[in-house]
Amino acid sequence: MREINVSEVVQAVSRLCVDANYNLGDDLNQALDRAAAVEESPTGKDIIEQLKENAAIAKRDQVPICQDTGLAVIFVDLGQDARVVGGNLNEAINEGVRQGYRDGFLRKSACHPFTRANTGDNTPAIIHYRLVDGDTLKITVAPKGGGSENMSKVVMLKPADGVAGIKEQVVEWVRQAGGNPCPPTIVGVGIGGNFEKSALLAKEALLREVGSLNPDPELQSLEADLLEAVNNLGVGPQGLGGRVTSFAVHVKMLPCHIASLPLAINIQCHAARHKEAVL
Amino acid sequence: MENIIRLTPPLSDEAVASLKSGDRVLITGTIYTGRDAAHKRLVDLLDKGEELPIPLAGEIIYFVGPTPAKPGKAIGSAGPTTSYRMDSYSPRLLAQGLKGMIGKGGRSLEVRAAIKEHKGIYFAATGGAGALLAQRIKKAEVVAYEDLGPEAIRRIEVEDFPVVVINDIHGNDLYEQGVIPYKKD
Repeated sequence: MREINVSEVVQAVSRLCVDANYNLGDDLNQALDRAAAVEESPTGKDIIEQLKENAAIAKRDQVPICQDTGLAVIFVDLGQDARVVGGNLNEAINEGVRQGYRDGFLRKSACHPFTRANTGDNTPAIIHYRLVDGDTLKITVAPKGGGSENMSKVVMLKPADGVAGIKEQVVEWVRQAGGNPCPPTIVGVGIGGNFEKSALLAKEALLREVGSLNPDPELQSLEADLLEAVNNLGVGPQGLGGRVTSFAVHVKMLPCHIASLPLAINIQCHAARHKEAVL
Repeated sequence: MENIIRLTPPLSDEAVASLKSGDRVLITGTIYTGRDAAHKRLVDLLDKGEELPIPLAGEIIYFVGPTPAKPGKAIGSAGPTTSYRMDSYSPRLLAQGLKGMIGKGGRSLEVRAAIKEHKGIYFAATGGAGALLAQRIKKAEVVAYEDLGPEAIRRIEVEDFPVVVINDIHGNDLYEQGVIPYKKD
């Protein structure tokens, strides 16, 4: 059994928190370039240029792309032949978040739900564990801002609503969200599973590279239909009108109960931040 | 491209009345930051009839919670936060003389009515452009509610801070009107 010391986890999480918040992924930079080419609205074009410049400044000066450096959402893929030693894995991840948000001058956005008192170090992180084959530990840090996270929902559709019902819900939800989630967005859609699984599927869908195709042909075609429909809304960059409301719609799907058709929608702003490391 | 309008607060009724939805504006001068928790405290003070820690007459509040400033910088990244969360508080502040608000995203009908009634103005800055917008902020100082951390009220000095008029005193709304030409059935 391969051993992985928690000190490596602390360092990796800390580094990934900072890297994700400072350096926009290549897929998003390319998506901004494509958006600049197809956007027809002068205001929309101007906004896309601002976002490109913003990403360049953040990278050059090593400062956060957006002031909302998010709650730290962390996916851990733990190989079943690996063993974590030297301490508690949860605590190591939270310590990494603590260090990364402190040393990287990132905003601490975690607070008590009632008193709104800030926890002061952006912990606790939201950690999702997945047990996988192999003897490595993969950590994905995906800081998620509040503005786009607030534009999320889970709806338990009737089986009779079918694909048409799913499309109607997604498109209407993106319309209502308007400029709030900082478009151009990525729309994460989770279909099936149950109540809580659909939400996690929608979140996981956001981690896929923008511009990549869904490996499932059925979902690939659904994603294309949904993207066309949301961009036909005219919401556009920042909701001020234009062709590019979303860069992509990503769908993940699982079987569900014979009585149910769970649907979750999780919107991601244009600053789609996620970085990963394998230990 | 429309003409660019330059504004320096405090704003007069006349200056606000001349602004139209869609106008691009560059703001230079002193403005205040405030978001969710600070708004709640300001309105709680008004409820109790107590004095506010900042002046409101003619002033602009920017809905922002910046990242901590790196050494040598005036402020960290500082783009707008979503405005609808301030909707339940903004009419009270407009009634007290607040003139301008900077945020992102649509406002409630109540806020839009208060903007008309009290001659206010709602601007949007580009959400998620926090690194770019921070370059237009030259000074920042916490003036109230330091315990709120990123949500503390700061007095900031801005130079050519770029915004667009969303809601004007004539009842226009750029979010509603802007999408119409680009909507396809």
